[in-house]
Amino acid sequence: MSINRRQFLKIAGISTVFGLGGASVFNAISRGSLEAAQVLTDPQALKAKRWGMVIDMSKFETEEDIKRVKDICHKIHNVPDFGDDKMHEIKWIWPETFEHAFPGEHDEYFPEELKEQPFMVLCNHCAQPACVRVCPTKATFKRADGIVMMDMHRCIGCRFCMAACPFGARSFNWKDPRPYIKEEDLTFPTRTKGVVEKCTFCYERLAIGKAPACVEESKGGIIYGDLEDPKSEIREILRTKYTIRRKPGLGTQPSIYYVIDGKEKIGGKENV
Amino acid sequence: MYDGGKIIAGLIIFLALVTFPFYNNIGKANAKPEPKTDTPEILKWEQEYGRKECIESKEFMRPNHMQMLNGWRDSVVRNGDRIYVNSTGKSFNMSLQNTCMHCHSNKKDFCDKCHNYMAVVPYCWDCHIAPKEKKT
Repeated sequence: MSINRRQFLKIAGISTVFGLGGASVFNAISRGSLEAAQVLTDPQALKAKRWGMVIDMSKFETEEDIKRVKDICHKIHNVPDFGDDKMHEIKWIWPETFEHAFPGEHDEYFPEELKEQPFMVLCNHCAQPACVRVCPTKATFKRADGIVMMDMHRCIGCRFCMAACPFGARSFNWKDPRPYIKEEDLTFPTRTKGVVEKCTFCYERLAIGKAPACVEESKGGIIYGDLEDPKSEIREILRTKYTIRRKPGLGTQPSIYYVIDGKEKIGGKENV
Repeated sequence: MYDGGKIIAGLIIFLALVTFPFYNNIGKANAKPEPKTDTPEILKWEQEYGRKECIESKEFMRPNHMQMLNGWRDSVVRNGDRIYVNSTGKSFNMSLQNTCMHCHSNKKDFCDKCHNYMAVVPYCWDCHIAPKEKKT
């Protein structure tokens, strides 16, 4: 049997149409209940366009104040404690000296007592995060609400993000962290050997309508809110108080601000 | 063939040894894994609603729980959506540690039963904390 060109094109065309139609019908039928199930956001979840924090330095005068906040954060997130072993240290929140947190040239009349004060530092949840740009697996990514998140399932432990982050906010698990967790919080996972971790702005608490743990524990020393909402409390503070950010010249646009103007109380309802 | 007798005898012994596991097990079925669903939470549920019930039917969960958990992980970690609405309209918090293991608090008698039988080693438990069980 031989067919000419015209017949061949006809058959090819018809079978393509049937093939495509068939595929879509097949897909529609075979979708099954996995696809039919729905996924929703918790209605209580706190939402923002860009989460940010203001840290009031008048409330964090000693390392003890920072330790209190750090301890609760590390406890609920199963962060291992390696004691004095700096090689393996994992940190989500930690105290930093002024010259390390804010390197570079400063006003010669910059208040001496501030320079002596320990600064509470954490992941800055930058608007232009360098870590996200370098991650080869998108294990670290920027959520729509501005949080720089870690997906531990995807992390391959290449540590590019640690090299890229100018704030040293990331820690690598050189060892299995489990034996170094004093008391496991059974509602939160641990990490495993070979992944990088950092502060996640308590995404798991925001998702159920709770403030980040550090904010709650700070007794008004940390104010959090939506940086893109001009009416938010945090923007009001940024308008009226003098704030600094870490290494602003690098252009990563950190979302963590430090209020350094004196002992005056800032913030509103959360102050005690 | 030099030493033909020895070589052939050796080959026969070799074949006998290699195939030993096969003919030794002919006709014997290995015990089927029987995951247990008799944890206090599940029994409580059964008393309250008259039947044992997972978030989806047993027939669905058996072949699909891994894809489902994979989807949950993406949904929670990457999109921040944590509520799963099942085929009957009930909602659940998508969490391996807090939802699945809340009822299935017997990982050793539930998850591990089939996983060991099939020789699959899911690495969930490298990070997710398994419920505390008595050592058996």
